[in-house]
Amino acid sequence: MELKTKISAKEGQQDLVITREFDLPVELLFKAYTEPEIVAQWMSTKVLKLENKKYGGYEFETSDPHGNVVFKANGVIHEYSPNVRIIRTFEMENSPFAPQLEFLDFESISEETSTLTMHVIYKSVDLRDQMLKLPFAQGINMAHNRLQDAVSKLK
Amino acid sequence: MEIRRDVFQAIADPTRRAILSLVAIQAMTPGVIAENFDSSRQTISKHIQILAECELLSQYQNGREIYYLTNAKKMKEVADFIEPFRQMWDDRFNKLEALMKNYKPKK
Repeated sequence: MELKTKISAKEGQQDLVITREFDLPVELLFKAYTEPEIVAQWMSTKVLKLENKKYGGYEFETSDPHGNVVFKANGVIHEYSPNVRIIRTFEMENSPFAPQLEFLDFESISEETSTLTMHVIYKSVDLRDQMLKLPFAQGINMAHNRLQDAVSKLK
Repeated sequence: MEIRRDVFQAIADPTRRAILSLVAIQAMTPGVIAENFDSSRQTISKHIQILAECELLSQYQNGREIYYLTNAKKMKEVADFIEPFRQMWDDRFNKLEALMKNYKPKK
């Protein structure tokens, strides 16, 4: 099955572009980025703050089932143009990653379809590459943890 | 079970990832690998077959036994790649799309 999401990350560059076409009118696509309860659902995180305006900011926080915070991110909004564009920063707290700059462009293709283009700029090529590898590393770590759980049950 | 030769499909499965971590430490026979899981030996052996076809596992023979171990070179190739990152965003966007298709305005 072909993934609808495309990623362009040229070697030796410190940015990447994520594009995705949605079977949604652009207004609904944009709304998915601005309503806290909806952001919380598709990003699988708690939304502590989401101010949809220039100079506004946002804060996300994710906890594990024991209530320990495992992920915390925040950013500020530089441009907020409904159904057209959001420019914002994104910072993962308590991590070695520097804040990144994100340009989110929303474009209507037809009444029922739209495209999101997300241009992300990192502090360095190295940081971008580390960020790209994160989901793979997490997959392996999760497998390790599950394995440890399974092995400790055998004893 | 459908046999897929796509490495990213191969590592998307939690059991297969667990197998990879297991034999990263030490080469094992299919029987010993299967002892680490609740699934049947037959199921595990299919997982091993998929991983071997994707070259994520290499094998060698010692007497009558076949031993499997993680192919570090292939694993690194996969790790360098951006596919899991793309998969993560695709999952998120699929969720977003499904949510908004059922969206009812509050007013």
